[in-house]
Amino acid sequence: MDNLIIEGSNHTPDVNFNADTGTLALKGRSTPENSIEFYRPLLEWLDQYGSNSKTEKTTLKIQLEYFNTSSSKCILDIFKKVNALFKDGLNVSINWYYEEEDEDMQEAGEDYSDLLDVPFEIIELEEE
Amino acid sequence: MIDLYALYQRMHDNNIMLTFKGEVTFDLIDSILKIMEGRLEQLEDSRKTKKKVYNVLVECLQNLCHHIDFSDSQPDPNKDEHDYLRKSAILIIFSDDDAYHVATGNYITGENVNGLKGWLDEINSTTKDELRALYKRILDNEKFSEKGGGGLGFIDIARKSGQKLNYKFKEINDKYSFFSFQINIPKA
Repeated sequence: MDNLIIEGSNHTPDVNFNADTGTLALKGRSTPENSIEFYRPLLEWLDQYGSNSKTEKTTLKIQLEYFNTSSSKCILDIFKKVNALFKDGLNVSINWYYEEEDEDMQEAGEDYSDLLDVPFEIIELEEE
Repeated sequence: MIDLYALYQRMHDNNIMLTFKGEVTFDLIDSILKIMEGRLEQLEDSRKTKKKVYNVLVECLQNLCHHIDFSDSQPDPNKDEHDYLRKSAILIIFSDDDAYHVATGNYITGENVNGLKGWLDEINSTTKDELRALYKRILDNEKFSEKGGGGLGFIDIARKSGQKLNYKFKEINDKYSFFSFQINIPKA
């Protein structure tokens, strides 16, 4: 299947969902007014990925600088798709990265983690 | 002629970083965020505070856009003064030694006053941990409206700032009220 690559903007994240490597990355900021529209292709891609996944392991890597509340529900929808893959027996996990000392982003990761069964790692990034 | 120096001084004395009055569009929000990001980069050393202010500002501005009723097409100033006015809003961002302040004002229909007031009071009477639980519950259970938001905006503003939501309603006529809102984001 095709990889999903979307270049980020001032209010949408970089998307790099690679079906060949099993690394699905979302990076940048997510503050669009219409987040449903932005996240729809990502959710559709994940639907396809479930039955086409050939990699041994799948990791969803989320590294966000900002996200708005309208994105928060869409991000949960993404996580729930991944959670369903996990329940189907796929070897999947989620990595949630946050910048050093960004407690808000750390808490946000913990909030999501509480709502899911899939292995969910919250990782602090060292300052560059 | 307008006394611009007096106006300048007043804005200077009040440490006004940005102010706007008029119709709020998505493009405008984008521009305001870009300007404020640049200003915060210059003025604020703490990355943590910078991010909090930016985050809160995003929610305040998008709230403003969602609360203003865009259901009609173009506003017609000749038809009804308030039909025109209700698309209009005010935004003031200022700072002092202790905090950044984001203040917004916009018209809402009278029938929505009690609902909004109840929601803001509920958030203000909730502890930090309860607020977090409420956020998670809404995130997981409730359908979001087409316009986005979904009730999480004000919770997020309260969580990120760690402060109470200040608000006031002023009845304008039998149809509209003016909603004033202010949040303070303490400096680190």
